[in-house]
Amino acid sequence: MTTSARDEVLDRIRTALGRSGAAAPEPSPVPREYRTSLGRAPGDPVLLDLLVDRLVDYKAEVHRCPPGAVGATVAAALAAHGARRIAAPAGLPAAWLAGADVETVTDGAAPDGGEALSVATLDAVDGVLTGCAVAVAQTGTIVLDSSPVCGRRALTLVPDYHLIVVEAAQVVGSVPEALPRLDAVRPLTWVSGPSATSDIELDRVEGVHGPRTLVVVLVEG
Amino acid sequence: MTTFLGMPGLPVATERGTLRGADTFPVAARKALADTQLRKNLGHATSTIRAKRARVVGELDDWEELRAAGAAIKADVMARLPELLVQLEENVTARGGHVHWARDADEANRIVLDLVRAAGTPDDPVTSVVKVKSMATQEIGLNEALAEAGIAAVETDLAELIVQLSDDTPSHILVPAIHRNRAEIRQIFLDHMPDVDPGLTDEPRVLAMAARAYLRRTFLAARVAVSGANFAIAETGTLAVVESEGNGRMCLTLPQTLVTVMGIEKLLPTWRDLEVFLQLLPRSSTGERMNPYTSMWTGAPKTSGGTSGGTADGAPDGPQEFHLVLLDNGRTATLADEAGRQALHCIRCSACLNVCPVYERTGGHAYGSVYPGPIGAVLTPQLAGMHGHGADAPAGGDPVDTLPYASSLCGACFDACPVRIDIPSMLVHLRAKHVETAQAQRRVPGLPASAENAAMSAAAWVMRDAGRFSLAEKGLQLGRVLARDGRIRSLPPPLSAWTTSRDAPAPPPETFRQWWARTRGDRS
Repeated sequence: MTTSARDEVLDRIRTALGRSGAAAPEPSPVPREYRTSLGRAPGDPVLLDLLVDRLVDYKAEVHRCPPGAVGATVAAALAAHGARRIAAPAGLPAAWLAGADVETVTDGAAPDGGEALSVATLDAVDGVLTGCAVAVAQTGTIVLDSSPVCGRRALTLVPDYHLIVVEAAQVVGSVPEALPRLDAVRPLTWVSGPSATSDIELDRVEGVHGPRTLVVVLVEG
Repeated sequence: MTTFLGMPGLPVATERGTLRGADTFPVAARKALADTQLRKNLGHATSTIRAKRARVVGELDDWEELRAAGAAIKADVMARLPELLVQLEENVTARGGHVHWARDADEANRIVLDLVRAAGTPDDPVTSVVKVKSMATQEIGLNEALAEAGIAAVETDLAELIVQLSDDTPSHILVPAIHRNRAEIRQIFLDHMPDVDPGLTDEPRVLAMAARAYLRRTFLAARVAVSGANFAIAETGTLAVVESEGNGRMCLTLPQTLVTVMGIEKLLPTWRDLEVFLQLLPRSSTGERMNPYTSMWTGAPKTSGGTSGGTADGAPDGPQEFHLVLLDNGRTATLADEAGRQALHCIRCSACLNVCPVYERTGGHAYGSVYPGPIGAVLTPQLAGMHGHGADAPAGGDPVDTLPYASSLCGACFDACPVRIDIPSMLVHLRAKHVETAQAQRRVPGLPASAENAAMSAAAWVMRDAGRFSLAEKGLQLGRVLARDGRIRSLPPPLSAWTTSRDAPAPPPETFRQWWARTRGDRS
């Protein structure tokens, strides 16, 4: 019988480490003397300003509004873009689209909802509106986690325009503060600005295969 | 059986031509240096990226602490590699994925080919796959292996697309087309991209839009994607791909089948470890606080169920046929060398390339390997093995053998490395290893092993005796007749071996010992 590739590779590793037959060593301690927090609670006004600064730096369009004005702010942003048909995940709060003069197509991929939108449908809409799971101020990153308010990944990928509503309490300081708030086994997409490339002379150009326009509505207070 | 240097019994990488170039580094470098356009392109690109990196690294006052943590996590991964790989396998399998193991490039290619074929039906076979930029699949020559089987692999990263369309090879880990400027890229698109607008300008934005239009239909219709992975988390089974353009998201999300080829060293033990690497990698590679897109998935991914979230699985989200191919191909041979295994800590950021004075001048092609630059100079010889001067060494010398010498040992690569890989020490270690083996292979009883050895023995004999040494000093001054402007550009054989690739300084009119004797001789 020939040895399986699995057994052979594992044997080679043990040989290379000089520990054939020996038990696994204990995990070595890792010096974690780096900053694990920016020292501010989620939603702190300083973090919100930092997030906006980073998003603008990435050429995202940012609107700030109080909790009662999400619908109006979303409506104004969509109108300015000339959007007529907007895709939305099944769990999107109805109030977010209440003021907008658009046709909404809901992705019914949730187990209790109808049909999943086809790629062709997603390619034909004018944009997509979702929430998010967490936002990282220091890096200008918004994380989508395939929860009902974020939708499945294709929903936020195929349309060319993505509007994300970020609530103040979802904004943390740094990457180490974001990871514990996420479920690793859910499909996650970390978004930092619209799609971009630096492949031509290392000059950054916004807008390639992912949504070319990223709009963020930040709900304060 | 070849007599590559390395751990006895642990095989090096399969030869597929992606690690061992045609020319030795000095020969290839000389060709590259003669290309003034190439030098201009590289100088512009590397200085741009160096400035960007320096700015965003300077923003973090805990950068050194992050580097130290990154290095420690990677060392821990190597020490516990068998257990962590098995843990990863269990977690990927538990979430509906499949794990395959490949001893070498040929085995990995065979596995991927079988998976691609299995994704089609006799009536409707899969004839093309979309690809996310991946160093591992470059290393194993996957595109060529698929092409031999009649399957087209479409590279979707902009720079990879430029390289593929022009039938070129990558010259940088992060930006494979770094050797091309915008005018050259425009011409490549005009010559090779079907249905391209003939009015295409060389504005980077316009060129990027041409790539978007060209690939859009391909993405939306693709049935199989092949990717690499930046990280795999053992404790959760999660894979991560870090990218900019969204081509990665397209490949990782839309097709029914996803095959990910990953070197066994790319593991991280815990979910928390990402807090270190998601800070180190983007700032080191593209000089951004965070890259535009990072995708993470576990097995055959599912959304979270119910309308209010929660932990139950919801609907399928992305490829429901997921295959992870774990690749050795010389990695265990590298792991066997305690002084060399740090090369496996590399996270492929390419910061060491951008700061290297040698890379900046020669570019990546001179290294003859998919892994160029300082990290390539230590990784390639270990993955592929060096020949020494063995009987089976290629005529003119083995190109891989010359890589540990492709450095001035200035140390900039170590300072730039986000996981503190001590590349300069490793280069010296590999040089010593190369010389020792070459000597062992050439040893004839009673004779010096090489011209270098003969010279060293002669020098030792001269230096052992003050009289012989001062005589030699007098002879040295004769060398002044060969010099012009204080430099000697070519010496007669066998010393010409030294001056083919460097100038020698002209000997001084008098040596220190002669000066001392002349000015202070009376006092000694």
